[in-house]
Amino acid sequence: MAAVQDGQMELDAEKETKPEILSDGTSNLSGNTASGTLSSSPLTAAPAGGAPKMEDQQTLIAVLQFLKRNKLTDSVEILRREAGLGEDQEDSQATDGSGGGKGDVDGGDANSLLSRVSITSAAAPQSMCDSPLMFMLSAAGADDQPDVSVVLSAYSQQGDPSLYQVYYSGLKNFIESVLDCHRAELSQLFYPLFVHMYLELVYNNHENEAKAFFEKFSGDQECYYQDDLRVLCGLTKKEHLKGNEVLLDFRTSRFVLRISRDSYQLLKRHLQERHNNQIWNIIQEHLYIDIFDGMPRSKSQIDSMSGSLAGEGKREVNKAKVFHGLLKEPEIEVPLDDEDDEAENEEGKPKKKKTKKDSLGSKSKKQDPNAPQQNRIPLPELKDSDKLDKIMYMKESTKRIRLGPENLPSICFYTFLNAYQGLTAVDFTDDSSLLAGGFADSTVRVWSVTPKKLRKVKSAADLNMIDKESDDVLERIMDEKTASESKILYGHSGPVYGVSFSPDRNYLLSSSEDGTVRLWSLLTFTCLVGYKGHNYPVWDTQFSPFGYYFVSGGHDRVARLWATDHYQPLRIFAGHLADVTCTRFHPNSNYVATGSTDRTIRLWDVLNGNCVRIFTGHKGPIHSLAFSPNGKFLASGSTDGRVLLWDIGHGLMIGELKGHTDTIYSLKFSRDGEILASGSMDNTVRLWNSMKAFDEVETDDFTATTGHIHLPDNSQELLLGTYHSKSTPVTHLHFTRRNLLLAAGAYNSQ
Amino acid sequence: MAEERRQKLCSVILPTESMKAMAESVGVGSLQEDSCLALSEEVSYRIKEIAQDALKFMHHGKRRKLTTGDIDHALKLKNVEPLYGFQSQEFIPFRFASGGGRELHFYEEKEVDLSDIINTPLPRVPLDVSLKAHWLSIDGVQPAIPENPPPVPKEQQKTDSTEPLKAVKPGQEEEGSIQTKGQGASSAEVKGSSAKMVPLKMRMKPRSTHELSVEQQLYYKEITEACVGSCEAKRAVCVCNKCYLFLFQVRVNVVQNNLALLIYLMRMVKALMDNPTLYLEKYLHELIPAVVTCIVSKQLCLRPDVDNHWALRDFAARLMAQSCKTFSTTTNNIQSRITKTFTKALLDDKTQWTTRYGCIAGLAELGHDVIKTLIIPRLSVEGARIKAVMDGPVVSNIDKIGADHVQSLLLKHCASVVAKTRPLPDMVDQYKVDYGYLGTMLCSHVVKARAQAAFQAQTVNRTTLTITQPRPTLSVSQSGLSTSSGSRAPSIIKVPSSLTLMSTRPGTPTQPSPPATKYIVMATSAGAASTQQVRSVLHIHRVHMIVHSKVISVPRILIATPGLISPNIKVFKYTFILQ
Repeated sequence: MAAVQDGQMELDAEKETKPEILSDGTSNLSGNTASGTLSSSPLTAAPAGGAPKMEDQQTLIAVLQFLKRNKLTDSVEILRREAGLGEDQEDSQATDGSGGGKGDVDGGDANSLLSRVSITSAAAPQSMCDSPLMFMLSAAGADDQPDVSVVLSAYSQQGDPSLYQVYYSGLKNFIESVLDCHRAELSQLFYPLFVHMYLELVYNNHENEAKAFFEKFSGDQECYYQDDLRVLCGLTKKEHLKGNEVLLDFRTSRFVLRISRDSYQLLKRHLQERHNNQIWNIIQEHLYIDIFDGMPRSKSQIDSMSGSLAGEGKREVNKAKVFHGLLKEPEIEVPLDDEDDEAENEEGKPKKKKTKKDSLGSKSKKQDPNAPQQNRIPLPELKDSDKLDKIMYMKESTKRIRLGPENLPSICFYTFLNAYQGLTAVDFTDDSSLLAGGFADSTVRVWSVTPKKLRKVKSAADLNMIDKESDDVLERIMDEKTASESKILYGHSGPVYGVSFSPDRNYLLSSSEDGTVRLWSLLTFTCLVGYKGHNYPVWDTQFSPFGYYFVSGGHDRVARLWATDHYQPLRIFAGHLADVTCTRFHPNSNYVATGSTDRTIRLWDVLNGNCVRIFTGHKGPIHSLAFSPNGKFLASGSTDGRVLLWDIGHGLMIGELKGHTDTIYSLKFSRDGEILASGSMDNTVRLWNSMKAFDEVETDDFTATTGHIHLPDNSQELLLGTYHSKSTPVTHLHFTRRNLLLAAGAYNSQ
Repeated sequence: MAEERRQKLCSVILPTESMKAMAESVGVGSLQEDSCLALSEEVSYRIKEIAQDALKFMHHGKRRKLTTGDIDHALKLKNVEPLYGFQSQEFIPFRFASGGGRELHFYEEKEVDLSDIINTPLPRVPLDVSLKAHWLSIDGVQPAIPENPPPVPKEQQKTDSTEPLKAVKPGQEEEGSIQTKGQGASSAEVKGSSAKMVPLKMRMKPRSTHELSVEQQLYYKEITEACVGSCEAKRAVCVCNKCYLFLFQVRVNVVQNNLALLIYLMRMVKALMDNPTLYLEKYLHELIPAVVTCIVSKQLCLRPDVDNHWALRDFAARLMAQSCKTFSTTTNNIQSRITKTFTKALLDDKTQWTTRYGCIAGLAELGHDVIKTLIIPRLSVEGARIKAVMDGPVVSNIDKIGADHVQSLLLKHCASVVAKTRPLPDMVDQYKVDYGYLGTMLCSHVVKARAQAAFQAQTVNRTTLTITQPRPTLSVSQSGLSTSSGSRAPSIIKVPSSLTLMSTRPGTPTQPSPPATKYIVMATSAGAASTQQVRSVLHIHRVHMIVHSKVISVPRILIATPGLISPNIKVFKYTFILQ
């Protein structure tokens, strides 16, 4: 009990420490802005500029002010020059601002900046629909008011608290009395209205009314909102509201509903007749109603898309063009087949003389119309060793087993014994030669799963002795004495939640509870860099398929794009309302997908940091993502045990795979994309016929225009196999280049 | 229901008394009721918040249980100093105390003496993490290896193993006890069978091990009773198709030297083999060792000098030959493996007479070619050995009997082969040169065999033809034991000593009336035959498959073995009705 009291005091102390942390984050942020615009980063293509819009300018000014206050004069100069802002312009704003809130707490200020930036970046793709709220926020921010109170002040309008129940039940009765076809659509209003009205009551200190309201109507909400309701029910005071970022974001972002025009008219007429201003105000201010023409959607259609914390994605959001095609493979000279044997004898040393261009590789792959420009984002050049690896890859892929419903893959299961429930993350290298495990005891362990042992490079003194001209210099630099089957990497100070190998197998990334992402060398088995920036637990990290870049996502609700040679992030993807739980690179490296606890999946453009897709439909936190090898589709798995399939080009949900009974922690497509493997906490690996799932959707295209999906319930037909392990949750899945499925998990003896 | 739970969740707030108690524990004496309420609400909210954050850590730690570590991390997230100190593996023991109208739950913090901790021996170092690979699936099929869970769900196994038991004793036991025992049986069988093949399959709990043996005893008893017992009331006796039981029983009986039971068991094996609807291929690895044991075991009965274990050996040898014919394939190679085993034992000088007899019988049953290539070349050697026993000083009666049996066995089998292969004329001297000690006797046997063959060829030429036909199409009754070994001449049915073995080829589908039965009479006390009869209905998978009125064939073998079986069964008529 002493501890609880300690905690209490610490909570107060937190207020003092917070500004420091936040300023850290913001300075990173400014670094990002600078590097992005200055083209000092490898991303040479600068974000599309154009005349800064009103709110952009406001943001810039705010950033400038912040920099000034922290005496970062150089950055101020650079930013001002880049943004083309006159000093006077900024000064006038600054004086305004200082006049407004000189005595303000620093923390509140920083807070406002952060959230404002996140808001604007979230709003960027939807810049066409300029919302008055957004404007108001930015303006308020410029006034140096603490953002929190601005957001909340929207609630300060007074209504009779006792009437809230009447209002709500009035609407409820109305919705229940309308025609069936409209009822399902209008029922979507219940949840956001309920939450907003409840929060409004709480904000205005009507605690008892709030409780009564909650008790009366919480039972009406859809079951998949239970987790949110659990959070809500604990929250009964205005003070609580201030500390809860998730609910603050719920306020700042507008809950999006899709309603047909007929249903909307019906609702509008009803509310106007009743002069039900309270509800009308909430709808006006906090909801975004996306009105479409045509038939109202059915209950099942709505259910399949709803469930996220912020409502459905707006249709415009998913209309942006996504270049989901693959990049052209670099032309690599491949030795002829007939000397395959020879080449295998002297591994990786194909004779250049007798080679010819791989006709398959260059001719058949015409430029995909959906593919991005080759240099849309700068990619690292291929090294000689990468080329060798590509040749190996091509050779292996000729021996690939063609999978299908009649030809299921073999599964090799790697069980971690004696892990004492400490295994938190696993990754395989692409060539399946190495296996890395992240553990709760802060260690990262690397195993070699081939007979080839892990060796360190010799020490500097020994390296000097080596004849650098010799052919096998790469072999000579290795220290035979250090050969072992596994190596342990120490460095983190908290559980390791994500590990990822670089494509060239020279590096390993790990992300941890301690807020850092670490880069390890697999030549020396030491830590090279610790990337700091998240400050909170980093739930996942992944290397780009071409190396060099990597992405990380964590509890701070943003995903960050890094380059291995920059200690600050290149891009910050902000927009999720809750933790970013998993991050995946698109096969062409131009996009990043993130899954979140707010039950949405977002696709981000690496080039400009815009959010180009929002996928809603999961009913629980998303814990696994996988792109199909052709880059067209995305699969996602969540705690509710369902796998959803998405068409990236059209921005549509195209399939739902039911069968698992627990959280799905791993998803992987086979190398040709015919089979989707899913591994879950329920100790099973399931194989799904993804080809069939994709084909069936492509045949009917009415959905593409309306954006309304109608999913066939054919999970059982698509399920090709279920394989139970012995109380071993499946943590990771990987297809080898020959389409053998590798699974990994820790044996749980209890 | 969910609604109720949610409402309950909503209202859960720490009682204000707790706040008071806590305040007192840190020295704040009088706390206002209002402050208590405000505090408790605040604390409740913060606790919930921390719990919700801790859940995130649990999910990302890929666990199902929330640990204290998760809470620590959640506290860290909120910038709260985590709790320091020892982590308890067990549940934190809350103690309850009441007094003065107040109830308290408290956490008993013991004062720990540091020197105690220092002096306690270090705990065992936990094993390091290791990696182990196995096949979860091969081309879409999950292999049945110990690393994978059993392919058949528990429920299925349970019903599989409980049903035979239920059928044996319908209504005799209470439902509940059957259920529990059935469960034991199912796990027992799974574990038993797997343990035999792969020792490390499952971690057996001591309790179930105990149940297992009891259950197996019970099961064994049931089966034994059903097969051997004399209960007319038992109309349906289920024979479980798990043949390893045979091996088990054979082992038991060999150890107990219970000849009678072994004979029954062998007959059961025969019946199983004759049943075309059973697929014994899978159980051959269980069956064959059992049968071979009955052929070559050193001792099969308590009194080897008196008891006629030779007949059992002959019968088992014939069974072996039959199974070789039926099941031998290029992959399992049963016949060559068996032949190798027998030959090896035969070539060994130290082999006892009983085993030697078994080996020769086993080889002889495999056909003329085997006799020609493996036995006839050995005739002179074996003859010398027999001579040494017969003519030498009397060592023991048992050896003598053994040698006698081997001699007659050799003569019987070799005579027919020699008669076919050796050209006329049969000169005794020449035979002596060729076959040594046994030459004289062999010569006379060969002469007899030739005469008999000539006679049979005249009278029933058909016999040899029909014998070779597969059993279901047999249409002619013929002499000879009901094995499908066509190469065996009828004369070899004569068993050494005073036995006459005969059998019938009874009813055919077109001839439903009871066929003429011939009896195999063993020993001399056939007159005392009783009419005890057990009708075993072999049913394979389910009880409802039992009765088909169409009787296809009823082989009957009657063996009387005086003085061995319990007094009330002198003659045992054993009938299998095959579906």
